[in-house]
Amino acid sequence: MLVNGDWKKRFIVPKSRITNHESRLRAGTSALRCAGTNHGEKMREVDVKLITEKLRDLCMKANTDLGEDVFQAFDRAVEKEESPLGVEILKELKENARIAKEEKVPICQDTGFAVVFVELGQDVHLVGGNLNEAIQEGVRQGYKDGYLRKSICHPFTRANTGDNTPAIIHTELVPGNKIKMTVAPKGGGSENMSRVTMLTPSDGIEGIKRFVVQRVKESGSNPCPPTIVGVGIGGTFEQAALLAKKSLLRPLGSKNPDPELDQLESEILTEINQLGIGPQGLGGRTTSLAVHILMMPCHIASFPLAVNIQCHAQRHKEAVI
Amino acid sequence: MGEPIRLKTPLSNEEVENLKIGDRVLINGVIYTGRDAAHKRLFDLLKEGKNLPFDIKGQIIYYVGPTPAQPGQVFGSAGPTTSYRMDAYSPSLIERGLKGMIGKGMRSDAVKEAMKRYKAVYFAATGGAGALLAKRVKRAEVVAYEDLGPEAIRRLEVEDLPVIVVNDVRGNDLYIEGERRYRTSP
Repeated sequence: MLVNGDWKKRFIVPKSRITNHESRLRAGTSALRCAGTNHGEKMREVDVKLITEKLRDLCMKANTDLGEDVFQAFDRAVEKEESPLGVEILKELKENARIAKEEKVPICQDTGFAVVFVELGQDVHLVGGNLNEAIQEGVRQGYKDGYLRKSICHPFTRANTGDNTPAIIHTELVPGNKIKMTVAPKGGGSENMSRVTMLTPSDGIEGIKRFVVQRVKESGSNPCPPTIVGVGIGGTFEQAALLAKKSLLRPLGSKNPDPELDQLESEILTEINQLGIGPQGLGGRTTSLAVHILMMPCHIASFPLAVNIQCHAQRHKEAVI
Repeated sequence: MGEPIRLKTPLSNEEVENLKIGDRVLINGVIYTGRDAAHKRLFDLLKEGKNLPFDIKGQIIYYVGPTPAQPGQVFGSAGPTTSYRMDAYSPSLIERGLKGMIGKGMRSDAVKEAMKRYKAVYFAATGGAGALLAKRVKRAEVVAYEDLGPEAIRRLEVEDLPVIVVNDVRGNDLYIEGERRYRTSP
């Protein structure tokens, strides 16, 4: 895979979703070049109260306002679907999303685990409290004020934490003096169908295809198809899972910037949609709306692969401070 | 695609026997909600030989844990939850006269067998269509286990709640049949 030795050319990852690996590289070099000048960006103070407010709104908006890209994906699926029942279900999903958006009610009763991605500009100075607590407070307020279901509990006793915290927070330092926050509520049904595996290097691309398609097949109707299949390749055990999750943030209908991965996405999607599972698992051509892949280098001995299954309610909203 | 069948609860044996997999049904009348914790309690009552908190004969249970209702809303978003977690309890309830269950995902062989034997059906509601389904609920009141919050048993009055027959009394399963019909890979 790395024949030309230049992995950056081979592993094109959108800037907004760069992994720690690349951001460290870039941050390191620019700091050396621009030491003392903050590479042209002025240091900015941000009160964490603003982060709480934004987070609160993002939680509510993400759960009620499905992206236009998903609506369009439903329309494309209706055109292609051969099962009359499948068509009815797809139309129902679109109608449901329309009602949710118009009436500002949750798309699904499972308003999910609040997964929060933060890209924190290194020239931001946070004041008035700590970032983690500000985010948790935003989630707390959003789930309460938005009448969203609280779905987080103690693993053993199953006692509910009562306010949908803790949120899962992925923070990354990036150049600049802005803060970008993305809230992606993740439902339990589809998350339960997700898996990480460590393939052997000799498994190759065929190994990836086999595992991903098999995972979707075994998931059947459980993750509320039509699904979006997030795939993370490379990195380490935990990084592969994070790549898979991040890949789900890419708009539906967009192309993978890496032509080879784009091709692989389309081949896997074709195989998945030959399974016949269909909308809600009741038979049809639309088992998945898309396959999204993110890839990065891995250890010479490893071939990590993660599959993060996302239900049709592909919810995420972002804001920049 | 034919017109959906309108049914009013409680359901008779005859109404249930006439349903077949793939039928679209609009449910009207009273149904009850119940999921994991409520099922365990109902099951324990039966084990102890006690009465259930509502008359289950001819009734339908909807596996749902809604979002809290907003001010002015009858019921919060209310799509189905995955049904297999209720499989351990369902056969006993079917034996006592339960005629229908609404959820999503496959049922166990034991549940399918109980449906055949005692004449009951399993319906799928569209998973994730919580906002749409909530609008079909015209009244909601807690009838048991208020302490369980979203998992309490509620009596719902519904109008044209849209569901699809997945398991009928003849042992057919739309999850299996549907996939077989549209599968093109080896």
